[in-house]
Amino acid sequence: MKIAEQLFLFLVFPGLLFSATMGLFVGWIDRKLTARLQWRAGPPWYQNFVDFIKLALYKETLVPHGAPKIIFLGMPIVGLAAATLVSTLVLVSNVKPHSGFIGDLIVVVYLLLIPPLSLIIGAFSSGNSFASLGASREMKLMLSYELPFILALAVPIMKSGSAIRLGEIILYQQSNGTLIASFSGAISFFAMLLCVQAKLGFIPFDIPEAETEIIAGPYIEYSGKALAILKLTKSILMFVVPILLVTLYFGGLAFSAAGIVKTILSYLFILILMIVIKNTNPRVRIDQALRFFWTVITLLAVISVIFAYLGY
Amino acid sequence: MGFKEKILTKSIYVFHLSSGSCNNCDIEILDCLTPRFDLERFGIVLVGSIKHADVLLCTGSANRLTIPRIKKLYEQMPKPAFVIAYGACGSSRGLFKDSYNTGEPLDEIIPVDAYIPGCPPKPEATIGALVKLIGKIRAKKGK
Ligand code: SF4
Repeated sequence: MKIAEQLFLFLVFPGLLFSATMGLFVGWIDRKLTARLQWRAGPPWYQNFVDFIKLALYKETLVPHGAPKIIFLGMPIVGLAAATLVSTLVLVSNVKPHSGFIGDLIVVVYLLLIPPLSLIIGAFSSGNSFASLGASREMKLMLSYELPFILALAVPIMKSGSAIRLGEIILYQQSNGTLIASFSGAISFFAMLLCVQAKLGFIPFDIPEAETEIIAGPYIEYSGKALAILKLTKSILMFVVPILLVTLYFGGLAFSAAGIVKTILSYLFILILMIVIKNTNPRVRIDQALRFFWTVITLLAVISVIFAYLGY
Repeated sequence: MGFKEKILTKSIYVFHLSSGSCNNCDIEILDCLTPRFDLERFGIVLVGSIKHADVLLCTGSANRLTIPRIKKLYEQMPKPAFVIAYGACGSSRGLFKDSYNTGEPLDEIIPVDAYIPGCPPKPEATIGALVKLIGKIRAKKGK
């Protein structure tokens, strides 16, 4: 019974099926808004679903000559499983704040590392030089954003009484007001937003897949079902990472009548902010990204931690 | 028209290959993605990798250097895949027909599904050819 329930949580709601559907839909919001910002009409709402079905059902899946098949095709699945697990954990904590376990935030942080890691391994195994170039850039990018990301994450944890639990952070905000309203929370939210931008591979930091210089980077050799899974992983992350931010800084998802409006508004605020940043900035070089994250953003995160410690 | 044909024609990833064009056709392809024509509203996007592509859009008259590469790229495309010959050069070698290094026309190298005449073709002609290609894919169901 317990296992069936958990399988349902993982595979249907709020796991794979739900977050995949929402992810593909959020992917459409991204494409449509991008198109509108460029004065174009943009694709219809079902475009990402059609793309996914086409890749998953009707296109050939090719494995490059000499690439280890299991690693090359297995890694996208590992990444998808990790992304699904993140969305399950975050959403379940939101629905039932008391249900999480101590340290589930740490698990989320680690799970968020797995999709880029699996992509790196898959790309290296393909043997394509552009893919390895993209993978090495992805690795450097991970090194640069991970430090300020974890530092900024310390602020919600410190504020909510040092329990490293998503539910605890939600409960704290329910009684004490949202964290974004506090001084340290606002600074750490800003640092976090830029780290997340890099985590999702959005434009100022889409250095690993830079389409105009290294074609599609780690994705270059993937086709058919494997490419569909990679795109799905990306969509799920694009759906769930703003929810994580809502959870950490905007008081989590609320399910009362007024709460739903507030939840949707804060979710859309974060999503649209990310898409607008993406559309108004040129791509930076990898060394610029590294310097930016290790100086400006890390400094911001440290300042927010200090203010959180002082109680602001 | 079955479900498969519908899906295939609603989402077309285009790989653009320049096999020795004068670069005018290539610029004209980009025109189709600008706000005025915006092919993304039909689900047509340019992709960077041949492994993601559904359609190989080939500009320029194939010359001795590029003919082996065209063949290689065509073989690397995940099937079902389609080929469009773009411009007078792509369709029939155009004004480079008698050049010292021009080989066979494109449709003798790989199977071509649609031709876009013009030097360079207007974006309207490009869209017209894509409509023809879509009609062709959808009509295939019976066979
Ligand atoms: S068809 Fe005309 S414009 Fe196009 S590549 Fe040939 S010469 Fe250039």
